Amino acid sequence: MQIATREITAESLVKEALDKAEKYAEYNIFTYLDAEGALEKAKQIDAKIKNGEKVGKLAGVPFAIKDNFLAPMGKTTASSKILEPFKSPITATSVKKLEDEGAILIGRTNLDSFAHGSSTENSYFGPTLNSHDKTRVAGGSSGGSAVAVALDIVPFATGTDTGGSIRQPASFNGVYGFKPTYGTISRYGVVAMASSTDCIGFFAKSAEDIDLLMSIASGQDEKDMTTLPDYYNEEAVATESVSQSDSCTIGIIKDFDNEAVNLEVKAALNTKIAELKEKGHKIVELDMPTLKYALAVYYIVVPAEISSNLSRHDGIRYGYRNAEAKDLDEVYGKSRSDGFMPENKRRIMIGNFVLSSGFYDAYYLKAQQARTLIIKEYEKAFSECDFILTPVAPNPAFKLGEKVNDPVSMYLEDVMSVPINLAGLPGLAIPAGETKDGLPIGLQIIGPRRSDKKLLKFAAGMNTDVDTSMSTGVGADVNADANTNAGVDVSAKGEES
Amino acid sequence: MNITREEIDHLAVLSNFSLSEKEKDSLGQDLENIIGYISQLDELDTEGVEPTYQVFEMENVWRKDEIMPQDANREELLALAPEAKDYQIKVPKVL
Repeated sequence: MQIATREITAESLVKEALDKAEKYAEYNIFTYLDAEGALEKAKQIDAKIKNGEKVGKLAGVPFAIKDNFLAPMGKTTASSKILEPFKSPITATSVKKLEDEGAILIGRTNLDSFAHGSSTENSYFGPTLNSHDKTRVAGGSSGGSAVAVALDIVPFATGTDTGGSIRQPASFNGVYGFKPTYGTISRYGVVAMASSTDCIGFFAKSAEDIDLLMSIASGQDEKDMTTLPDYYNEEAVATESVSQSDSCTIGIIKDFDNEAVNLEVKAALNTKIAELKEKGHKIVELDMPTLKYALAVYYIVVPAEISSNLSRHDGIRYGYRNAEAKDLDEVYGKSRSDGFMPENKRRIMIGNFVLSSGFYDAYYLKAQQARTLIIKEYEKAFSECDFILTPVAPNPAFKLGEKVNDPVSMYLEDVMSVPINLAGLPGLAIPAGETKDGLPIGLQIIGPRRSDKKLLKFAAGMNTDVDTSMSTGVGADVNADANTNAGVDVSAKGEES
Repeated sequence: MNITREEIDHLAVLSNFSLSEKEKDSLGQDLENIIGYISQLDELDTEGVEPTYQVFEMENVWRKDEIMPQDANREELLALAPEAKDYQIKVPKVL
Protein backbone atom coordinates (compact mmCIF):
# COMPACT_ATOMS: atom_id res chain seq x y z
CA MET A 1 0.00 0.00 0.00
CA GLN A 2 2.86 2.34 -0.44
CA ILE A 3 3.03 4.65 -3.35
CA ALA A 4 5.09 2.01 -5.02
CA THR A 5 4.05 2.50 -8.58
CA ARG A 6 3.95 6.17 -9.35
CA GLU A 7 0.65 6.54 -11.11
CA ILE A 8 -0.60 9.01 -8.54
CA THR A 9 1.21 11.25 -6.13
CA ALA A 10 0.50 12.08 -2.53
CA GLU A 11 0.23 15.70 -3.59
CA SER A 12 -2.52 14.98 -6.11
CA LEU A 13 -4.44 12.95 -3.52
CA VAL A 14 -4.20 15.67 -0.90
CA LYS A 15 -5.17 18.32 -3.43
CA GLU A 16 -8.20 16.30 -4.45
CA ALA A 17 -9.24 15.93 -0.80
CA LEU A 18 -8.86 19.67 -0.19
CA ASP A 19 -10.81 20.52 -3.35
CA LYS A 20 -13.65 18.26 -2.26
CA ALA A 21 -13.64 19.75 1.22
CA GLU A 22 -14.06 23.14 -0.42
CA LYS A 23 -16.77 21.87 -2.76
CA TYR A 24 -18.83 20.52 0.12
CA ALA A 25 -18.32 23.54 2.40
CA GLU A 26 -22.09 23.99 2.86
CA TYR A 27 -22.25 20.68 4.77
CA ASN A 28 -20.22 22.28 7.59
CA ILE A 29 -18.00 19.24 7.94
CA PHE A 30 -14.72 20.81 9.04
CA THR A 31 -13.90 23.08 11.95
CA TYR A 32 -10.41 23.57 10.51
CA LEU A 33 -8.55 22.76 7.29
CA ASP A 34 -4.79 22.88 6.93
CA ALA A 35 -4.25 23.07 3.17
CA GLU A 36 -0.75 24.46 3.37
CA GLY A 37 0.55 22.01 5.95
CA ALA A 38 -1.06 19.02 4.25
CA LEU A 39 0.35 19.86 0.81
CA GLU A 40 3.79 20.39 2.30
CA LYS A 41 3.69 16.96 3.94
CA ALA A 42 2.47 15.40 0.68
CA LYS A 43 5.41 16.89 -1.20
CA GLN A 44 7.79 15.45 1.38
CA ILE A 45 6.25 11.98 0.93
CA ASP A 46 6.51 12.26 -2.86
CA ALA A 47 10.16 13.31 -2.57
CA LYS A 48 10.90 10.35 -0.31
CA ILE A 49 9.37 7.96 -2.80
CA LYS A 50 11.25 9.55 -5.65
CA ASN A 51 14.49 9.07 -3.74
CA GLY A 52 13.65 5.45 -3.08
CA GLU A 53 13.31 5.98 0.68
CA LYS A 54 11.06 3.75 2.73
CA VAL A 55 7.58 5.12 3.36
CA GLY A 56 4.82 3.96 5.73
CA LYS A 57 1.72 1.85 5.18
CA LEU A 58 -0.47 4.94 4.79
CA ALA A 59 1.99 7.03 2.81
CA GLY A 60 0.21 10.00 1.30
CA VAL A 61 -3.30 9.02 2.41
CA PRO A 62 -5.26 12.11 3.44
CA PHE A 63 -7.33 11.83 6.61
CA ALA A 64 -9.31 13.96 9.05
CA ILE A 65 -9.62 13.87 12.82
CA LYS A 66 -12.66 14.55 14.95
CA ASP A 67 -12.03 17.89 16.61
CA ASN A 68 -11.58 16.34 20.04
CA PHE A 69 -8.19 14.84 19.13
CA LEU A 70 -5.22 16.92 20.24
CA ALA A 71 -2.63 17.91 17.64
CA PRO A 72 -0.76 21.15 17.02
CA MET A 73 -2.65 21.61 13.73
CA GLY A 74 -5.21 24.38 14.29
CA LYS A 75 -7.07 24.44 17.57
CA THR A 76 -8.63 21.53 19.42
CA THR A 77 -12.04 23.03 20.11
CA ALA A 78 -14.20 19.95 20.81
CA SER A 79 -16.72 22.14 18.90
CA SER A 80 -17.13 24.23 22.03
CA LYS A 81 -16.68 27.85 22.95
CA ILE A 82 -14.74 27.00 26.10
CA LEU A 83 -11.98 25.24 24.11
CA GLU A 84 -12.21 27.53 21.06
CA PRO A 85 -8.85 29.22 21.86
CA PHE A 86 -7.10 25.94 22.77
CA LYS A 87 -4.05 25.27 20.60
CA SER A 88 -2.60 21.98 21.77
CA PRO A 89 1.16 21.62 21.96
CA ILE A 90 0.84 17.82 22.01
CA THR A 91 -0.35 15.15 19.59
CA ALA A 92 -2.70 12.30 20.48
CA THR A 93 -0.96 8.90 20.37
CA SER A 94 -3.49 7.58 17.83
CA VAL A 95 -2.91 10.52 15.48
CA LYS A 96 0.85 10.20 15.85
CA LYS A 97 0.75 6.51 14.93
CA LEU A 98 -1.21 7.26 11.74
CA GLU A 99 1.12 10.11 10.81
CA ASP A 100 4.15 7.92 11.48
CA GLU A 101 2.82 5.61 8.74
CA GLY A 102 2.68 8.53 6.34
CA ALA A 103 -1.00 9.46 6.56
CA ILE A 104 -1.57 13.17 5.93
CA LEU A 105 -3.81 15.13 8.25
CA ILE A 106 -5.89 17.64 6.30
CA GLY A 107 -8.31 18.91 8.90
CA ARG A 108 -10.55 18.66 11.94
CA THR A 109 -14.19 17.62 11.80
CA ASN A 110 -17.27 18.94 13.55
CA LEU A 111 -18.92 17.19 16.51
CA ASP A 112 -21.55 17.75 19.14
CA SER A 113 -19.80 19.95 21.69
CA PHE A 114 -17.60 17.64 23.83
CA ALA A 115 -19.20 14.70 21.95
CA HIS A 116 -22.46 15.21 23.85
CA GLY A 117 -25.18 14.39 21.37
CA SER A 118 -26.49 12.18 18.61
CA SER A 119 -26.88 14.65 15.75
CA THR A 120 -23.92 17.11 15.68
CA GLU A 121 -26.51 19.84 16.25
CA ASN A 122 -25.01 20.62 19.66
CA SER A 123 -21.87 22.01 18.02
CA TYR A 124 -20.87 25.58 18.85
CA PHE A 125 -20.14 25.92 15.12
CA GLY A 126 -23.57 24.79 13.93
CA PRO A 127 -24.78 21.40 12.66
CA THR A 128 -23.18 19.21 9.99
CA LEU A 129 -25.64 18.20 7.27
CA ASN A 130 -26.40 14.61 6.31
CA SER A 131 -24.50 13.38 3.24
CA HIS A 132 -27.67 11.97 1.66
CA ASP A 133 -30.20 14.65 2.58
CA LYS A 134 -29.24 18.16 3.57
CA THR A 135 -32.43 18.68 5.57
CA ARG A 136 -31.44 15.88 7.93
CA VAL A 137 -28.86 15.42 10.68
CA ALA A 138 -25.46 13.85 10.16
CA GLY A 139 -25.86 11.81 13.32
CA GLY A 140 -23.42 12.24 16.12
CA SER A 141 -21.46 12.95 17.89
CA SER A 142 -18.79 12.28 15.22
CA GLY A 143 -21.01 13.70 12.45
CA GLY A 144 -18.29 15.62 10.61
CA SER A 145 -16.01 12.59 10.28
CA ALA A 146 -18.87 10.39 9.02
CA VAL A 147 -19.90 12.88 6.33
CA ALA A 148 -16.27 13.51 5.30
CA VAL A 149 -15.90 9.81 4.53
CA ALA A 150 -19.39 9.43 3.03
CA LEU A 151 -18.75 12.27 0.57
CA ASP A 152 -15.36 10.75 -0.30
CA ILE A 153 -13.39 13.75 0.87
CA VAL A 154 -11.05 11.47 2.80
CA PRO A 155 -10.79 7.67 2.74
CA PHE A 156 -10.82 7.51 6.52
CA ALA A 157 -11.37 9.68 9.57
CA THR A 158 -11.08 9.22 13.32
CA GLY A 159 -13.95 9.31 15.78
CA THR A 160 -14.76 8.65 19.41
CA ASP A 161 -17.57 6.36 20.55
CA THR A 162 -18.86 6.71 24.11
CA GLY A 163 -22.39 5.46 23.41
CA GLY A 164 -22.61 5.16 19.62
CA SER A 165 -20.88 8.33 18.44
CA ILE A 166 -19.05 6.48 15.67
CA ARG A 167 -21.58 3.78 14.75
CA GLN A 168 -24.69 5.96 14.63
CA PRO A 169 -23.34 8.67 12.29
CA ALA A 170 -21.75 5.90 10.18
CA SER A 171 -25.18 4.31 9.81
CA PHE A 172 -26.86 7.67 9.05
CA ASN A 173 -24.38 8.24 6.20
CA GLY A 174 -23.89 4.76 4.77
CA VAL A 175 -20.27 4.12 5.75
CA TYR A 176 -18.42 1.71 8.03
CA GLY A 177 -17.72 2.83 11.58
CA PHE A 178 -15.86 0.81 14.19
CA LYS A 179 -15.78 1.02 17.97
CA PRO A 180 -13.09 -1.36 19.25
CA THR A 181 -12.93 -3.27 22.53
CA TYR A 182 -12.50 -0.84 25.42
CA GLY A 183 -8.78 -0.15 25.88
CA THR A 184 -7.58 -1.21 22.42
CA ILE A 185 -6.46 2.23 21.19
CA SER A 186 -4.74 4.80 23.40
CA ARG A 187 -6.88 7.75 24.47
CA TYR A 188 -3.88 9.91 25.31
CA GLY A 189 -4.48 13.30 23.75
CA VAL A 190 -8.24 12.95 23.28
CA VAL A 191 -10.68 15.22 25.13
CA ALA A 192 -12.21 13.09 27.89
CA MET A 193 -15.96 12.59 28.11
CA ALA A 194 -16.83 9.43 30.08
CA SER A 195 -13.68 7.53 30.96
CA SER A 196 -15.28 4.15 31.58
CA THR A 197 -16.84 3.98 28.09
CA ASP A 198 -14.87 6.36 25.78
CA CYS A 199 -13.24 4.57 22.82
CA ILE A 200 -11.25 5.73 19.82
CA GLY A 201 -12.25 4.28 16.45
CA PHE A 202 -12.55 4.86 12.72
CA PHE A 203 -14.80 5.64 9.78
CA ALA A 204 -13.93 4.12 6.40
CA LYS A 205 -15.49 2.57 3.32
CA SER A 206 -14.71 -1.08 4.09
CA ALA A 207 -13.97 -3.49 6.93
CA GLU A 208 -10.59 -4.22 5.29
CA ASP A 209 -9.56 -0.59 5.60
CA ILE A 210 -10.59 -0.50 9.23
CA ASP A 211 -8.58 -3.65 9.87
CA LEU A 212 -5.50 -1.92 8.48
CA LEU A 213 -6.10 1.18 10.62
CA MET A 214 -6.63 -0.97 13.71
CA SER A 215 -3.36 -2.82 13.09
CA ILE A 216 -1.61 0.57 13.13
CA ALA A 217 -3.43 2.30 15.98
CA SER A 218 -3.82 -0.54 18.52
CA GLY A 219 -1.50 -1.24 21.37
CA GLN A 220 -0.40 -0.35 24.86
CA ASP A 221 0.61 3.22 25.55
CA GLU A 222 2.62 4.29 28.58
CA LYS A 223 0.67 7.53 28.50
CA ASP A 224 -2.71 5.81 28.88
CA MET A 225 -2.78 3.18 31.60
CA THR A 226 -6.15 1.90 30.35
CA THR A 227 -4.67 0.46 27.16
CA LEU A 228 -4.50 -3.29 26.64
CA PRO A 229 -1.37 -5.09 25.42
CA ASP A 230 -1.45 -5.27 21.63
CA TYR A 231 -3.67 -8.33 21.21
CA TYR A 232 -4.86 -7.06 17.82
CA ASN A 233 -1.58 -7.77 16.04
CA GLU A 234 -0.80 -11.12 17.63
CA GLU A 235 -0.13 -13.70 14.98
CA ALA A 236 -2.40 -16.28 16.64
CA VAL A 237 -5.28 -13.79 16.53
CA ALA A 238 -4.80 -13.17 12.81
CA THR A 239 -4.68 -16.86 11.93
CA GLU A 240 -7.66 -17.73 14.09
CA SER A 241 -9.65 -14.81 12.71
CA VAL A 242 -9.35 -16.01 9.15
CA SER A 243 -10.12 -19.65 9.83
CA GLN A 244 -12.99 -19.08 12.24
CA SER A 245 -14.92 -16.34 10.49
CA ASP A 246 -16.03 -18.65 7.68
CA SER A 247 -18.99 -20.19 9.43
CA CYS A 248 -20.43 -18.44 12.43
CA THR A 249 -23.41 -18.42 14.71
CA ILE A 250 -25.13 -15.06 14.69
CA GLY A 251 -27.41 -13.94 17.49
CA ILE A 252 -30.45 -11.74 16.91
CA ILE A 253 -31.82 -9.86 19.92
CA LYS A 254 -35.56 -10.55 20.19
CA ASP A 255 -36.01 -7.72 22.66
CA PHE A 256 -34.95 -5.19 20.00
CA ASP A 257 -37.81 -6.26 17.72
CA ASN A 258 -40.43 -3.80 18.93
CA GLU A 259 -42.78 -1.09 17.66
CA ALA A 260 -40.18 1.67 18.21
CA VAL A 261 -38.11 0.29 15.33
CA ASN A 262 -38.73 1.69 11.85
CA LEU A 263 -40.19 -0.90 9.44
CA GLU A 264 -37.58 -0.30 6.77
CA VAL A 265 -34.83 -0.79 9.36
CA LYS A 266 -36.46 -4.10 10.36
CA ALA A 267 -36.63 -5.13 6.70
CA ALA A 268 -32.93 -4.35 6.22
CA LEU A 269 -32.10 -6.54 9.22
CA ASN A 270 -34.21 -9.39 7.84
CA THR A 271 -32.57 -9.12 4.43
CA LYS A 272 -29.14 -9.37 6.04
CA ILE A 273 -30.24 -12.35 8.13
CA ALA A 274 -31.42 -14.13 4.96
CA GLU A 275 -28.08 -13.37 3.26
CA LEU A 276 -26.15 -14.75 6.21
CA LYS A 277 -28.21 -17.93 6.23
CA GLU A 278 -27.58 -18.37 2.54
CA LYS A 279 -23.85 -18.13 3.16
CA GLY A 280 -24.06 -20.97 5.67
CA HIS A 281 -24.08 -19.02 8.90
CA LYS A 282 -26.37 -20.13 11.69
CA ILE A 283 -28.90 -17.72 13.21
CA VAL A 284 -30.04 -17.95 16.84
CA GLU A 285 -32.50 -15.80 18.75
CA LEU A 286 -31.38 -14.25 22.03
CA ASP A 287 -33.38 -13.22 25.07
CA MET A 288 -31.75 -10.14 26.55
CA PRO A 289 -34.41 -8.54 28.77
CA THR A 290 -32.01 -6.33 30.76
CA LEU A 291 -30.83 -4.44 27.64
CA LYS A 292 -33.92 -2.26 27.74
CA TYR A 293 -32.50 -0.65 30.87
CA ALA A 294 -29.12 0.07 29.24
CA LEU A 295 -30.14 3.54 28.08
CA ALA A 296 -31.19 4.57 31.59
CA VAL A 297 -27.94 3.14 32.98
CA TYR A 298 -25.98 5.01 30.32
CA TYR A 299 -27.65 8.35 31.06
CA ILE A 300 -26.72 7.97 34.73
CA VAL A 301 -23.17 6.64 34.46
CA VAL A 302 -22.03 8.84 31.58
CA PRO A 303 -23.27 12.19 32.96
CA ALA A 304 -21.68 11.26 36.31
CA GLU A 305 -18.31 10.80 34.61
CA ILE A 306 -18.87 13.91 32.48
CA SER A 307 -19.54 16.08 35.53
CA SER A 308 -16.19 15.00 36.90
CA ASN A 309 -14.15 15.09 33.66
CA LEU A 310 -15.48 18.48 32.56
CA SER A 311 -14.78 20.18 35.88
CA ARG A 312 -11.26 20.81 34.55
CA HIS A 313 -12.65 23.38 32.11
CA ASP A 314 -12.56 26.27 34.54
CA GLY A 315 -11.23 29.23 32.56
CA ILE A 316 -7.96 29.23 34.48
CA ARG A 317 -5.23 27.20 32.80
CA TYR A 318 -6.40 27.06 29.19
CA GLY A 319 -9.40 27.81 27.01
CA TYR A 320 -11.94 30.62 27.24
CA ARG A 321 -12.18 32.96 30.23
CA ASN A 322 -15.01 35.45 30.62
CA ALA A 323 -13.38 38.88 30.50
CA GLU A 324 -15.87 40.55 32.85
CA ALA A 325 -15.42 38.16 35.74
CA LYS A 326 -14.34 40.11 38.80
CA ASP A 327 -13.41 37.36 41.23
CA LEU A 328 -12.47 33.71 41.08
CA ASP A 329 -16.01 32.38 41.52
CA GLU A 330 -17.16 34.54 38.66
CA VAL A 331 -14.32 33.28 36.47
CA TYR A 332 -15.54 29.72 37.01
CA GLY A 333 -19.25 30.47 36.84
CA LYS A 334 -19.30 32.86 33.89
CA SER A 335 -16.65 31.08 31.82
CA ARG A 336 -18.40 27.75 32.20
CA SER A 337 -21.88 29.17 31.62
CA ASP A 338 -20.77 30.95 28.44
CA GLY A 339 -18.43 28.19 27.32
CA PHE A 340 -20.71 25.15 27.44
CA MET A 341 -23.68 24.36 25.21
CA PRO A 342 -27.11 23.58 26.77
CA GLU A 343 -26.56 19.82 26.38
CA ASN A 344 -23.18 20.03 28.15
CA LYS A 345 -24.93 21.81 31.02
CA ARG A 346 -27.73 19.25 31.21
CA ARG A 347 -25.26 16.40 31.42
CA ILE A 348 -23.02 18.07 33.98
CA MET A 349 -26.03 18.88 36.16
CA ILE A 350 -27.52 15.38 35.81
CA GLY A 351 -24.11 13.98 36.74
CA ASN A 352 -23.96 16.13 39.85
CA PHE A 353 -27.52 15.12 40.67
CA VAL A 354 -26.95 11.33 40.49
CA LEU A 355 -23.71 11.64 42.46
CA SER A 356 -25.08 13.92 45.17
CA SER A 357 -25.75 12.58 48.65
CA GLY A 358 -29.29 11.33 48.97
CA PHE A 359 -29.49 10.23 45.34
CA TYR A 360 -26.24 8.29 44.94
CA ASP A 361 -27.64 4.91 45.98
CA ALA A 362 -30.89 5.27 44.06
CA TYR A 363 -29.25 6.29 40.79
CA TYR A 364 -25.49 5.91 40.49
CA LEU A 365 -24.99 2.76 42.54
CA LYS A 366 -28.13 1.18 41.12
CA ALA A 367 -26.94 1.92 37.56
CA GLN A 368 -23.56 0.32 38.21
CA GLN A 369 -25.31 -2.79 39.55
CA ALA A 370 -27.52 -2.87 36.46
CA ARG A 371 -24.35 -2.57 34.41
CA THR A 372 -23.12 -5.84 35.93
CA LEU A 373 -26.37 -7.52 34.89
CA ILE A 374 -26.01 -6.19 31.33
CA ILE A 375 -22.43 -7.49 31.10
CA LYS A 376 -23.59 -10.91 32.34
CA GLU A 377 -26.35 -10.93 29.75
CA TYR A 378 -23.80 -10.40 26.97
CA GLU A 379 -21.56 -13.11 28.43
CA LYS A 380 -24.45 -15.54 28.30
CA ALA A 381 -25.31 -14.45 24.75
CA PHE A 382 -21.76 -15.05 23.57
CA SER A 383 -21.86 -18.57 24.99
CA GLU A 384 -24.58 -19.18 22.39
CA CYS A 385 -23.22 -17.24 19.41
CA ASP A 386 -20.07 -15.77 17.87
CA PHE A 387 -21.51 -12.37 16.98
CA ILE A 388 -24.69 -10.39 17.53
CA LEU A 389 -26.39 -8.50 14.72
CA THR A 390 -28.73 -5.57 15.45
CA PRO A 391 -29.69 -2.27 13.86
CA VAL A 392 -27.45 0.63 14.95
CA ALA A 393 -30.41 2.92 15.57
CA PRO A 394 -34.19 2.45 15.54
CA ASN A 395 -34.61 5.06 12.77
CA PRO A 396 -32.70 6.48 9.85
CA ALA A 397 -31.43 10.10 10.01
CA PHE A 398 -34.06 12.46 11.44
CA LYS A 399 -34.77 16.05 10.40
CA LEU A 400 -32.59 18.91 11.59
CA GLY A 401 -34.28 20.56 14.58
CA GLU A 402 -36.66 17.65 15.12
CA LYS A 403 -35.21 16.44 18.43
CA VAL A 404 -32.61 18.96 19.50
CA ASN A 405 -34.87 20.66 22.04
CA ASP A 406 -36.20 17.42 23.48
CA PRO A 407 -33.27 15.65 25.15
CA VAL A 408 -35.15 12.47 26.05
CA SER A 409 -36.35 11.87 22.48
CA MET A 410 -32.77 12.47 21.30
CA TYR A 411 -31.43 10.00 23.89
CA LEU A 412 -33.90 7.35 22.71
CA GLU A 413 -32.09 7.27 19.36
CA ASP A 414 -29.13 5.76 21.26
CA VAL A 415 -31.11 2.85 22.67
CA MET A 416 -29.43 0.20 20.50
CA SER A 417 -25.93 1.66 20.44
CA VAL A 418 -25.17 2.33 24.12
CA PRO A 419 -25.42 -1.19 25.61
CA ILE A 420 -22.06 -2.39 24.22
CA ASN A 421 -20.22 0.65 25.58
CA LEU A 422 -21.33 -0.26 29.09
CA ALA A 423 -19.81 -3.72 28.58
CA GLY A 424 -16.67 -2.58 26.71
CA LEU A 425 -17.48 -4.69 23.62
CA PRO A 426 -16.44 -4.04 20.00
CA GLY A 427 -19.07 -3.10 17.43
CA LEU A 428 -18.93 -2.38 13.71
CA ALA A 429 -21.57 -0.39 11.86
CA ILE A 430 -22.01 -1.66 8.31
CA PRO A 431 -24.10 -0.13 5.53
CA ALA A 432 -27.24 -2.18 4.86
CA GLY A 433 -29.07 -0.47 2.05
CA GLU A 434 -31.30 2.58 2.00
CA THR A 435 -34.90 3.49 2.73
CA LYS A 436 -37.23 4.20 -0.19
CA ASP A 437 -36.43 7.88 0.39
CA GLY A 438 -32.74 7.21 -0.09
CA LEU A 439 -31.62 7.40 3.54
CA PRO A 440 -28.87 4.96 4.56
CA ILE A 441 -29.64 2.18 7.02
CA GLY A 442 -26.90 0.71 9.21
CA LEU A 443 -26.59 -2.55 11.08
CA GLN A 444 -24.00 -3.38 13.71
CA ILE A 445 -22.02 -6.53 14.32
CA ILE A 446 -21.09 -6.96 17.96
CA GLY A 447 -18.50 -9.38 19.31
CA PRO A 448 -17.03 -10.44 22.65
CA ARG A 449 -14.11 -8.47 24.07
CA ARG A 450 -10.94 -8.72 21.98
CA SER A 451 -12.77 -10.35 19.06
CA ASP A 452 -12.11 -7.20 17.00
CA LYS A 453 -9.93 -8.80 14.35
CA LYS A 454 -12.24 -11.75 13.84
CA LEU A 455 -15.22 -9.42 13.71
CA LEU A 456 -13.65 -7.28 10.97
CA LYS A 457 -12.67 -10.38 9.00
CA PHE A 458 -16.21 -11.67 9.31
CA ALA A 459 -17.62 -8.33 8.12
CA ALA A 460 -15.21 -8.30 5.18
CA GLY A 461 -16.41 -11.77 4.24
CA MET A 462 -20.06 -10.65 4.29
CA ASN A 463 -19.47 -8.47 1.28
CA THR A 464 -17.49 -10.70 -1.02
CA ASP A 465 -19.82 -10.12 -3.94
CA VAL A 466 -19.62 -6.32 -3.80
CA ASP A 467 -16.38 -4.39 -3.93
CA THR A 468 -16.98 -1.69 -1.39
CA SER A 469 -13.32 -0.97 -0.83
CA MET A 470 -12.00 2.40 -1.65
CA SER A 471 -9.40 1.95 0.82
CA THR A 472 -6.71 3.81 2.45
CA GLY A 473 -3.22 3.34 1.11
CA VAL A 474 -1.78 5.46 -1.51
CA GLY A 475 -1.56 3.89 -4.72
CA ALA A 476 0.14 0.53 -4.59
CA ASP A 477 -2.58 -0.22 -7.06
CA VAL A 478 -2.18 1.35 -10.47
CA ASN A 479 -5.90 1.11 -10.97
CA ALA A 480 -6.34 3.45 -8.10
CA ASP A 481 -7.78 6.35 -10.02
CA ALA A 482 -10.29 4.17 -11.76
CA ASN A 483 -11.33 2.75 -8.46
CA THR A 484 -13.65 4.41 -6.06
CA ASN A 485 -13.81 7.89 -4.89
CA ALA A 486 -10.73 8.61 -2.89
CA GLY A 487 -8.77 7.18 -5.73
CA VAL A 488 -6.84 4.78 -3.59
CA ASP A 489 -7.09 1.08 -3.12
CA VAL A 490 -5.03 -0.88 -0.72
CA SER A 491 -6.97 -4.01 -0.51
CA ALA A 492 -6.21 -4.69 -4.15
CA LYS A 493 -9.12 -6.89 -4.95
CA GLY A 494 -8.71 -5.99 -8.54
CA GLU A 495 -12.41 -5.71 -9.16
CA GLU A 496 -13.81 -2.39 -10.18
CA SER A 497 -17.10 -1.36 -8.72
CA MET B 1 -39.91 13.52 39.98
CA ASN B 2 -40.36 17.18 40.72
CA ILE B 3 -37.19 19.27 40.74
CA THR B 4 -37.53 22.37 42.89
CA ARG B 5 -35.88 25.70 42.13
CA GLU B 6 -33.73 25.20 45.25
CA GLU B 7 -32.44 21.93 43.82
CA ILE B 8 -31.62 23.58 40.50
CA ASP B 9 -29.77 26.33 42.36
CA HIS B 10 -27.85 23.73 44.32
CA LEU B 11 -26.92 21.77 41.17
CA ALA B 12 -25.79 25.01 39.53
CA VAL B 13 -23.46 25.63 42.49
CA LEU B 14 -22.10 22.06 42.31
CA SER B 15 -21.58 22.53 38.56
CA ASN B 16 -20.01 26.00 38.87
CA PHE B 17 -22.56 27.60 36.54
CA SER B 18 -23.97 31.13 36.75
CA LEU B 19 -27.39 30.58 35.20
CA SER B 20 -30.02 33.13 34.22
CA GLU B 21 -33.57 32.66 35.51
CA LYS B 22 -34.65 31.70 32.00
CA GLU B 23 -31.95 29.03 31.77
CA LYS B 24 -32.98 27.67 35.16
CA ASP B 25 -36.54 27.29 33.88
CA SER B 26 -35.58 25.38 30.77
CA LEU B 27 -32.86 23.28 32.42
CA GLY B 28 -35.24 22.48 35.27
CA GLN B 29 -37.80 21.13 32.82
CA ASP B 30 -35.18 19.13 30.90
CA LEU B 31 -33.74 17.67 34.08
CA GLU B 32 -37.18 16.60 35.26
CA ASN B 33 -37.79 14.80 31.97
CA ILE B 34 -34.39 13.10 32.01
CA ILE B 35 -34.70 12.04 35.64
CA GLY B 36 -38.19 10.78 34.85
CA TYR B 37 -36.70 8.57 32.15
CA ILE B 38 -33.75 7.21 34.13
CA SER B 39 -35.99 6.47 37.11
CA GLN B 40 -37.35 3.44 35.22
CA LEU B 41 -34.35 1.61 36.72
CA ASP B 42 -36.46 1.33 39.89
CA GLU B 43 -38.22 -1.61 38.20
CA LEU B 44 -35.04 -3.63 37.93
CA ASP B 45 -34.12 -5.94 40.79
CA THR B 46 -30.45 -5.38 41.61
CA GLU B 47 -30.54 -6.78 45.15
CA GLY B 48 -27.10 -8.13 46.08
CA VAL B 49 -25.54 -7.43 42.66
CA GLU B 50 -21.93 -6.22 42.69
CA PRO B 51 -21.56 -2.85 40.95
CA THR B 52 -19.27 -2.52 37.92
CA TYR B 53 -17.37 0.76 37.89
CA GLN B 54 -15.08 0.03 34.99
CA VAL B 55 -14.67 -2.61 32.28
CA PHE B 56 -10.90 -2.53 31.88
CA GLU B 57 -9.52 -6.02 32.31
CA MET B 58 -6.31 -5.05 34.07
CA GLU B 59 -5.48 -3.47 37.39
CA ASN B 60 -2.52 -1.59 38.78
CA VAL B 61 -0.56 -0.84 35.64
CA TRP B 62 2.87 0.21 36.84
CA ARG B 63 5.73 2.00 35.23
CA LYS B 64 9.23 2.71 36.40
CA ASP B 65 9.53 5.69 38.70
CA GLU B 66 11.61 7.68 36.25
CA ILE B 67 11.22 11.14 34.81
CA MET B 68 9.84 10.70 31.32
CA PRO B 69 10.43 13.09 28.46
CA GLN B 70 7.38 15.35 28.25
CA ASP B 71 5.50 16.32 25.11
CA ALA B 72 5.17 19.98 26.06
CA ASN B 73 7.43 22.36 27.92
CA ARG B 74 6.68 25.01 30.54
CA GLU B 75 6.52 27.91 28.07
CA GLU B 76 4.12 26.09 25.77
CA LEU B 77 1.80 25.18 28.63
CA LEU B 78 1.82 28.66 30.14
CA ALA B 79 1.08 30.11 26.73
CA LEU B 80 -2.29 28.30 26.88
CA ALA B 81 -3.46 30.26 29.93
CA PRO B 82 -5.80 33.18 29.30
CA GLU B 83 -3.44 35.33 31.38
CA ALA B 84 0.08 34.60 32.61
CA LYS B 85 2.87 36.66 34.09
CA ASP B 86 6.37 35.79 35.32
CA TYR B 87 5.84 32.05 34.76
CA GLN B 88 2.62 32.09 36.71
CA ILE B 89 -1.02 31.91 35.70
CA LYS B 90 -2.85 35.09 36.60
CA VAL B 91 -6.35 35.02 38.09
CA PRO B 92 -8.60 37.73 39.59
CA LYS B 93 -8.42 38.39 43.29
CA VAL B 94 -9.38 35.37 45.38
CA LEU B 95 -9.96 37.00 48.75
